[in-house]
Amino acid sequence: MTAKPDRGRVELDSQECKGCGLCVEACPPKVLHLSSHLNHYGYHPAAYDGAGCTSCGICFFVCPEPGAIVVLRLVAA
Amino acid sequence: MASYTVTHEKAECLYEIYERKPELKHQTHYCPGCGHGIALKLLARAIDEAGIRDRTIMVSPVGCSVFLYYYFDVGNVQVSHGRAPAVGTGLSRSLPESIVISYQGDGDLAAIGTAEILHAANRGESMMVVFVNNGIYGMTGGQMAPTTPLGKKSTTTPFGRNEWTDGPPVRMSEILNALDAPVFIERVGLGDNKQIMQAGKAFRRALDIQVKRQGFSFLEVLSPCPTIWKLDPVDAQRFIREDMAKTFPIGNLRDRTKDALSRPAPKPAPPIAELPRILELTDDTPEEPVATPSKPLDLRLRIAGFGGQGVLMLGEVLAEAGLEAGYNVSWLPSYGPEMRSGTSNCHVRICSDPVDSPLVSNPSVLIAMNEPSLRKFLPSVEPGGMVIYNGETEPPEDCRRPDVRFITAHFTALADSLGSSKATNIVMLGALLEAEDLIEEKYVASALRGKVKSQRWLNIDFAAIERGREIACPV
Repeated sequence: MTAKPDRGRVELDSQECKGCGLCVEACPPKVLHLSSHLNHYGYHPAAYDGAGCTSCGICFFVCPEPGAIVVLRLVAA
Repeated sequence: MASYTVTHEKAECLYEIYERKPELKHQTHYCPGCGHGIALKLLARAIDEAGIRDRTIMVSPVGCSVFLYYYFDVGNVQVSHGRAPAVGTGLSRSLPESIVISYQGDGDLAAIGTAEILHAANRGESMMVVFVNNGIYGMTGGQMAPTTPLGKKSTTTPFGRNEWTDGPPVRMSEILNALDAPVFIERVGLGDNKQIMQAGKAFRRALDIQVKRQGFSFLEVLSPCPTIWKLDPVDAQRFIREDMAKTFPIGNLRDRTKDALSRPAPKPAPPIAELPRILELTDDTPEEPVATPSKPLDLRLRIAGFGGQGVLMLGEVLAEAGLEAGYNVSWLPSYGPEMRSGTSNCHVRICSDPVDSPLVSNPSVLIAMNEPSLRKFLPSVEPGGMVIYNGETEPPEDCRRPDVRFITAHFTALADSLGSSKATNIVMLGALLEAEDLIEEKYVASALRGKVKSQRWLNIDFAAIERGREIACPV
């Protein structure tokens, strides 16, 4: 038996991210965090916990980078 | 296997890669947590949704917001500090099919560009103005802006903005709301998710007005500047919600989209070929071929007198005549703010070779229409040069030079006898033409006809040239 898949998924570009943390703060289900590793410019990039995304898109809108976050929604089977 | 579809991604009207930096070409130049990135994203989405990317022209200002042209794959113009609404006016009028978006910061729009934005708004120009207000000069390191909230510390208000010495913050949306013409004025914030979503709607509305060509739409965006505010991005958002929004209340100030009519399209400019007819410059006589100069010439002329004596006009006639005779010419006026009774002088060069400088520091000929001019410029006349002096008597003792040829006469009296003292300059021109073999008179006559429209005055002027020739004629 497989678990019910998440409603959404989020992909974060760890090189484009500047680690401002606005998405982590804004995410309603709190499934984003700042990584412990540093990216090219020395920021702790935001990362997805791996589960729990609802594809609400709020992280996308609060993110100051135009293309760092892509939000995906589950296609109804 | 669950399959997913993309719901939110980078807008299409943004470039895939930005050519600005050598590396990480998909990252903007904004600081972490900067509101510009969000405003830019909302604007890009609005452009995508309206489907107007191909006819959008973005006007980039000066400030952190300048680099729009690295990000937006639309038409782009970068303009002088504060002048975006003026350039936008030109774009919107000359390209009425285009959608003009000016994107300006608060230093740009509310300080140096106050005049431009006020008048563009007052004319109701068809353009959308995005006013990104972070209450500070960000790019230059945190000086007080007109929009800095009271009490806020900046490098130029180290003890906080003081109402009595610095004035209270300028509310641009409210100021523009006092004007009749704008169709849409709204202030939005980027203080939290809700505000950002509302801002997104406002971007679409403001842009929609442009698509319908209803007139001027103004969108003020309260935007965080975490770096200069010295707050982390999350606190900077809170500052927008809790502090900035007190000084700058968020909300719609005006929305006349329902009543506003589409602005009439500007009258297209006439084709260039039509201009001579419109300006009544048509001439039935066939165009004469450009004359070739009859002899080498290097005339460096200074004409000086009181404003109103025809100093500049005389210079223009000579330069035009030189041009018609096939020479290279320059005419450089120099006068004070007084149109009449001030002093005025002009530099004229007529040369066979290209004019190296329009400045005449050491004239070969000085036309001095009064004594002060003679006194001022005589020392600069080159040895062996000539002075034509309008004086009732011989030049004063201290205004004489043995190495310079003088032609002195009371030219004003001569002009009076011809009908008007206004022709003094032309009598002096006649004297010059007689004394120096410069330009054939037909070219001078033709230049005069170009400058003087009335036949009565032309007759006086031609008589004046003759009178001047008599004066200079060696007896």
